Amino acid sequence: MLMGYSLADLGAIFAMQGFAGLVLFSVFVLMALGLAVIFGQMGVINMAHGEFMILGAYVTFLISKLFAAFLPGAFAIYFFLAIVLAFIVAGALGMAIEWLLIRHLYRRPLDTLLATWGLSLILQQVYRSIFGAREVGVELPNWMMGSLHMTESIEIPINGLIVMAITTLITAAVYYLIFRAPWGRQVRAVMQNRAMAGAVGIDAGRVDRLTFALGCGIAGVAGSAFTMIGSTSPTAGQLYIVDTFLVVVFGGAQSLIGTIASAFTISQARSTMEFFLSGSMAQVVVLLLVVGILMLRPQGLFVLKLRR
Amino acid sequence: MTTSTYLARKDVLLILLFAALIMALLPLALDPFRLNLVGKYLTYGFVAIGLVICWGDAGILSLGQGIFFGLGGYCMAMFLKLEASSVGATKIQSTPGIPDFMDWNQITALPWFWRPFHSLTFALVAVPMVPALLAFVIGVAMFKRRVGGTYFAIITQAIAAILTILIIGQQGYTGGVNGITDLRTMKGWDIRSDHAKLVLYFANAILLVASLLIAQFVRRSKLGRILVAMREREDRVRFSGYDVAAFKIFAFCFAAALAGIGGAMFTLQVGFMSPSFVGIVPSIEMVIFCAVGGRTSLLGAVYGALAVNWAKTTFSEDLPQLWLFAMGTLFIAVVVVFPNGLAGLYRDHIAPRLGRFLRPQLRLAPTGDGRKQGATR
Repeated sequence: MLMGYSLADLGAIFAMQGFAGLVLFSVFVLMALGLAVIFGQMGVINMAHGEFMILGAYVTFLISKLFAAFLPGAFAIYFFLAIVLAFIVAGALGMAIEWLLIRHLYRRPLDTLLATWGLSLILQQVYRSIFGAREVGVELPNWMMGSLHMTESIEIPINGLIVMAITTLITAAVYYLIFRAPWGRQVRAVMQNRAMAGAVGIDAGRVDRLTFALGCGIAGVAGSAFTMIGSTSPTAGQLYIVDTFLVVVFGGAQSLIGTIASAFTISQARSTMEFFLSGSMAQVVVLLLVVGILMLRPQGLFVLKLRR
Repeated sequence: MTTSTYLARKDVLLILLFAALIMALLPLALDPFRLNLVGKYLTYGFVAIGLVICWGDAGILSLGQGIFFGLGGYCMAMFLKLEASSVGATKIQSTPGIPDFMDWNQITALPWFWRPFHSLTFALVAVPMVPALLAFVIGVAMFKRRVGGTYFAIITQAIAAILTILIIGQQGYTGGVNGITDLRTMKGWDIRSDHAKLVLYFANAILLVASLLIAQFVRRSKLGRILVAMREREDRVRFSGYDVAAFKIFAFCFAAALAGIGGAMFTLQVGFMSPSFVGIVPSIEMVIFCAVGGRTSLLGAVYGALAVNWAKTTFSEDLPQLWLFAMGTLFIAVVVVFPNGLAGLYRDHIAPRLGRFLRPQLRLAPTGDGRKQGATR
């Protein structure tokens, strides 16, 4: 299948596909980070994760419309405000959901799956009632639309670079929060041994609520970033939920590095293969490989050593 | 163990009541169109029975029952499609004798995996066996390595996604997103007439009741008790010398084979099969109606399948916006408030009162039953 391309062409193809893969990788990491916090740290299967992401996308859409209508002068920078708001709105909803629903189900992890699936249906219908069933696209400011010309045949789109920058920032923040900050120590303590954590004075309920809110907020940011490379529809979240879960499981549920490594592997494999196979076949091959590897190594790529 | 025989007799009585409902009451009360719809819902009853054994008893949550339902359905559809695309019926195609969608996709010969489906016997054997084989492969790979719980659920879900993408992507071999449509006859017998639909409805009902009895037998046997023990304390069962993986594989394969039968009956009654019955959403819906009916009660789960699907049709016809709200709220309510579903409500509230009402002299007997079953979750 490599016949007919010169070496320079192939180099350019791999560079461009590699970059497309990096952008996909960044979005995957953003989506998976939220889930890694919720599923990896708390053990809650949040099937509505995709809907939290879409919420972020719709917030971004609304902000862009608001800026276009009332503040056209500041349109160039609306995106940064949108990201912050997406985080706050999705996080607040997450906090409310945790309080109303999830906290009753910590003893029954499989049941959270069913309940959050119900939640995702409700959210989808809410989006459909408010925004309509059609896909909506966000208008980007001009400076984000262009691309950098590296060489004659290699172009790097700027919005891709922005997505990557956001991802790097959020990943660093999550790493700091969970593994370096005192709050993260409380989170890990509660997850490892709830009773003991409570005994040393940690408010486990509050930690749970904040952790869940953090995961949902990151999903909101992911949705916000997602608007730059795709359009938003009420059911778009469902398309990504399986990929996202696989990324987290493949990486080893409790390991941040594992999540990043597996997001990298999956997205690179997929975007490189998409060039040679059809898009759907590339997805099938990659998913099959991941499932196959998981059958051989069920604990995922990276395992956190834990005494149970 | 006098209570045990009492229970068995009561269960058989309830199954007979159910059989009377679907084989006498509904056919008399409904017009052919509505009856065909009920027949369609009942095919999900097979999946529900399988899920009670696999999820309710053995505690293995599979989010991939749609795979098996779909595989069974596709096996049946492939046979029917081949019969509908005889050389005589497809003269106008550039390659006569192959299904129309293959011709549209410039395929000139029947692919190898379609060939055995010329035979009805092969198709009928394949309906439960293909799903069971796939389940066996997945089960051996997962359970031998002690993968369970949420991981298993996510991986089965991924497999459902893979299969859907594969079916949609390979339209030349599978009919793509439209599925396999335009099915007409089975060994020369037209399956589209009202009479045929009635016959198929009764065949489906009889198969369903038979499956209920088999599943009931499995649950009452020692095997069934080991499954429940495994759900509650897997390690203790393992330490007692049982091969836990083998029992899990059995439960999973049993559920898969039943789902396959359901899929085949679905194809026969509805007249087509498409990837929209295979993927993640239908698979989760199957788990949901099992949960609504009651995951630890065979009849409850079947009634759940009937009720949820009936509600889905009715609501989505009349109030499409409200439907998803209602469905979502229902799921959340079932999980949070009634973890044992409709069957749990019946067992805890209606059955004791009914028992007191029917035979006031036996006031002590029914409460023991309620506690015994209630304590399993």
